[in-house]
Amino acid sequence: MTWNRDMLAFLAFLALAIAAPAAVYPVFLMKVLCFALFACAFNLLVGYVGLLSFGHAMFFGGAAYISGHVVKVWGWPTELGILAGTACAALLGLVTGAIAIRRQGIYFAMVTLALAQMVFFFCLQANFTGGEDGIQAIPRRPLLGLLDIKNDLTFYYVVLAVFCAGFLVIYRTIHSPFGQVLKAIRENEPRAVSLGYRVDQYKLLAFVLSAALAGTAGATKAIVFQLASLTDVQWQMSGEVVLMTLVGGMGTVFGPIVGAGVIITMQNYLAGFGEWVLVIQGLIFVVVVLAFRRGVVGELMAWWRRRAGG
Amino acid sequence: MADDHILTTDGLTKEFAGFVAVRNVALRVRRHSIHALIGPNGAGKTTCFNLLTKFLRPTRGRILYNGRDITAERSADIARLGMVRSFQISAVFPHLTLLENVRIALQRTLGTSFHFWRSERSLDALNARAEELLDSVGLAQYRDLAAVELPYGRKRALEIATTLALDPEMMLLDEPMAGMGHEDIDKISELIRKVAARRTVLMVEHNLSVVAKLSDIITVMRRGEILAEGTYDTVSRNPEVIEAYMGTGHG
Ligand SMILES: Nc1ncnc2c1ncn2[C@@H]1O[C@H](COP(=O)(O)OP(=O)(O)O)[C@@H](O)[C@H]1O
Ligand SMILES: [Mg+2]
Repeated sequence: MTWNRDMLAFLAFLALAIAAPAAVYPVFLMKVLCFALFACAFNLLVGYVGLLSFGHAMFFGGAAYISGHVVKVWGWPTELGILAGTACAALLGLVTGAIAIRRQGIYFAMVTLALAQMVFFFCLQANFTGGEDGIQAIPRRPLLGLLDIKNDLTFYYVVLAVFCAGFLVIYRTIHSPFGQVLKAIRENEPRAVSLGYRVDQYKLLAFVLSAALAGTAGATKAIVFQLASLTDVQWQMSGEVVLMTLVGGMGTVFGPIVGAGVIITMQNYLAGFGEWVLVIQGLIFVVVVLAFRRGVVGELMAWWRRRAGG
Repeated sequence: MADDHILTTDGLTKEFAGFVAVRNVALRVRRHSIHALIGPNGAGKTTCFNLLTKFLRPTRGRILYNGRDITAERSADIARLGMVRSFQISAVFPHLTLLENVRIALQRTLGTSFHFWRSERSLDALNARAEELLDSVGLAQYRDLAAVELPYGRKRALEIATTLALDPEMMLLDEPMAGMGHEDIDKISELIRKVAARRTVLMVEHNLSVVAKLSDIITVMRRGEILAEGTYDTVSRNPEVIEAYMGTGHG
């Protein structure tokens, strides 16, 4: 039953996404999709394991640098660049996750933030990242040597396919035997332990999956904008993904997509206001926390259930 | 073997910042017995359970399970060795259905618990067994209800069904009947007696008539120490035990 409802929602999203370039610039849409995937990956951890990471920029930005470097300097094809970014983010997730997952609650958030700051300073100092300039003019090589992705519209559909693949991996993970254990851990960790689950291992795998897909998002973004820069790894980026997920609805399948859409659109339209964007984002954050705890999608679902129930 | 102990502890001690919650406890739990741990509130019974299942690290002492030193094992591995506990505060997975609650316990045996690429429908193979277990505690008709919606006593029953799903060699039950009505108490007592035929049960219980009816042997604790041990008849005639219970006004 849930399957069908989610399936329908996904098909509706897909139809909308396929038609969208008729009305909206493809580059903007690609940006939304990259951030939507980033937020979905983040949500896998916070919404389904209950771990609030405040350092996910390290995976997003780290993967952006890696894919930028291997495509531009080493001349790797686009698809391998994205895969390399994903793989490195997974590896970074394995190392940082092993350190962080033993901590609970706010300590977990603090450890991830600290680790992400270390990655930031590494990126600031390292040679291959280009310092303040970042890696610029990353070429858009033909995909699989065939498909010309210099055309934004063509590339948009490729990015849509990447997003869908990532989204389906997350969806399946949530609805898998592994996802069932994750739910149990989130609901009652000591009980899961007493049933023989070595919960740290499950949390670590979830962390690595989340990091890897955040990496896919960052690597793809680097190719879209032909740029990997410090913006992608700094702590504000970690904060932005928290905001997107909260606004859309933590722990809901489609919430992060909506959240990313809302925040990116807002940033776009408010770009003229300069620093005020941050203030407005802060206000939205406060309003969501106070009034719409469940986020847009979460509140909609609750409203739907009330209507159906009452 | 008359003297076959499944679980023994020596000098088991737990200090919390100088306060000794469990002191020098030497437990001997016979295989296939129902062993009750009683004593006034704060006696250290729950702390003992936490030590035995490694939710707390002992300050001193040794724990042997099936002759094997498990003092340094991790909690999850204790369960894998066949010793499974329940909790004093009912421990269910509140937003999973009853069926899913029990299935979580059954799931580990499939060996697919890390398979994030497999459909959760592969777990349906466990449904029949899960329903059987729910039926054994009288909850079969609620299988699709979220656990949070059950009244307290039924949550305890669900917890027992989940524990039984692991087919444990030894069960540690912390106040399994707390909050239950008469009818449920009788049902769960009967169930405990039944499952104990092939298992060992160590339980903390305040309902003394249940303890009298079920247990083969009783250990009485007070202020972290073992005060008395024996059958219900010997223990209940022990003047110190009577005093301990009267003294705290606990029945
Ligand atoms: N984590 C803890 N930190 C400090 N004191 C504790 C802790 N757990 C239990 N205690 C203390 O240890 C004593 C024994 O508690 P407990 O084992 O829960 O008793 P019982 O289950 O027999 O009622 C109590 O005085 C309690 O306050
Ligand atoms: Mg207790």
